[in-house]
Amino acid sequence: MEVLLEGEGELLAWHDPDEMRRWVAENKSKELVDKRMELREAVKKFVSDGCYIAFGGFGHVRVSMAVIYEIIRQRKRGLVMAGKTAVHDVDILVAAGCVEKVEVAYSFGHELRGLSPASRRAVEQGRVKVASEWSNAAFQWRFLAAAMGLPFIPTRVMLGTDTLRKSSAKVVRDPYTGKPICLVPACYPDVAVIHVHRCDIYGNCQIDGISVEDFELARAAKRLIVTTEEIIDHERVRREPYRTIIPYFLVDAVVEVPWGAHPCNMPYMYYFDEEHIAEWLRLSKTEEGVREYLDKYVYGVDSFEEYLELVGGVRKLEYLKRLEQLREELKIPGR
Amino acid sequence: MGERKYTTVELMACVASRLLEDRKTVFVGTGLPMIAAALAQRTHAPNLVIVFEAGGVGPRIPTLPISVGDSRTFYMAVMASSMHDVMSIAQRGYLDYGFLGGAQIDMYGNLNTTVIGPWDRPKVRLPGSGGANDVGSLCRRTIILMRQDPRRFVRKLDFITTPGYLTGPGAREKAGLPEDTGPYRVITQLGVYGFDEETKRMKLLSAHPGVTVEDIKANSQFDILMPDEVEETKPPTEEELRILREVDKAGLVLRRE
Repeated sequence: MEVLLEGEGELLAWHDPDEMRRWVAENKSKELVDKRMELREAVKKFVSDGCYIAFGGFGHVRVSMAVIYEIIRQRKRGLVMAGKTAVHDVDILVAAGCVEKVEVAYSFGHELRGLSPASRRAVEQGRVKVASEWSNAAFQWRFLAAAMGLPFIPTRVMLGTDTLRKSSAKVVRDPYTGKPICLVPACYPDVAVIHVHRCDIYGNCQIDGISVEDFELARAAKRLIVTTEEIIDHERVRREPYRTIIPYFLVDAVVEVPWGAHPCNMPYMYYFDEEHIAEWLRLSKTEEGVREYLDKYVYGVDSFEEYLELVGGVRKLEYLKRLEQLREELKIPGR
Repeated sequence: MGERKYTTVELMACVASRLLEDRKTVFVGTGLPMIAAALAQRTHAPNLVIVFEAGGVGPRIPTLPISVGDSRTFYMAVMASSMHDVMSIAQRGYLDYGFLGGAQIDMYGNLNTTVIGPWDRPKVRLPGSGGANDVGSLCRRTIILMRQDPRRFVRKLDFITTPGYLTGPGAREKAGLPEDTGPYRVITQLGVYGFDEETKRMKLLSAHPGVTVEDIKANSQFDILMPDEVEETKPPTEEELRILREVDKAGLVLRRE
């Protein structure tokens, strides 16, 4: 195949598919064992300094915040992050000094809420490096390529743009049509963290609503930490196997964390905590504010339960539930 | 001229909404595009299929979603799917319209949402493509909603995040992008623009009430092609305004800034 153009971005989390097959054979047990563990243990075991990490969900939706806070508490350093529409996860991890590089499809912004002061500042001051640029479709197709055990996948996005020039994709002449086509390299993250609605003790997971790119990500990653709102009986999984989106043998750790996505949205369960997100956006305008936030909500608490008390306890959580069910009108702070 | 009963943002939402045809699909992002699509659905296009990049397909949007992935984007939808599925459907040719925004645009409708200043030493780091490049690459007609001023309507972009007509006629096809795709309209606080068939350059279609051709020229670094006679954009109707304010009750978009 004739290579027409090569992106200048740094190629990260790419491996020869045969190497990845060997890795699976040597490291992934297919034994049906209880994988439940504490947050602290899961992060300690599977998130190492300098590893390539990707979070499931989308933006502020179904993100495993419990693991993110624990990563900050354990003061992990040098992480390389998949900015595959990463919003609050990248922002707060960058602000806490855990991240060295980001591959960016969408980062440093909070969608409608505006730009992310803390992570933007880090990039503009050169404390965090953008390793490459991608589109959202291209990024998740990199996970699809890895999930399929391939070195790359052809796509028709990014062509003709600087996004492609700053990615690690290549443009080749498609041997079938003769037209240029964009090959995106597979992305095999060292570890992925996905928050789900329910799973059994072995890690058979169910997600309600959109799966975003978690089907692909779960299969692409080497290690997979699952946090779940609820642990369900294994027999229930067997009675409704069509609902399993992640089978147990992909999963390395299962952590039960009700409300584990707060302040993010957990579809059908609870809506965004706009008050809390606004507090973060306000405080993260300055480095002092970042420290104040982290001291209060992350370093200052011992468990996720304690954090939930601090953000407003049962009263707040019930309100977020009513918001999600459209039984309460959304109020945006400052509007 | 009497006192205006609407804001510029409301006018932009109405213009965008009217462009969307019934029984078509539209790829929607956060903010203004969402309320424009919701307005279209509640007026002339009840069978408009709204599609969100995170996987929501054909929802009955109950109230304005804050994120393109939040649960409102697949409320009473026909499908709650995945990004791979939605992006593949777009690549397959099922998506008619797509919305885009931008920090900078050039005369060919190329957009920058990545960085102001040099890429490796950014003056301002913006979020990047997100789904924008995908929408701009794969949808048949893209509608761009943005503010117009000389810093935004620029001769040369600091970074081409999303393809418009690239360097002019034939450039998209030469780059390998799907045929019959590209920017269709640009809607700003001053006017509505299209793209000249032959040159693929931006041209004025209508100026908003009270806006002159001079205002439009003064707010662009590049020359915008001008029609012989400049039409005036039709202002929002009472009905449109009522629905808009109902869709965005919390004022997420309409009362921003």
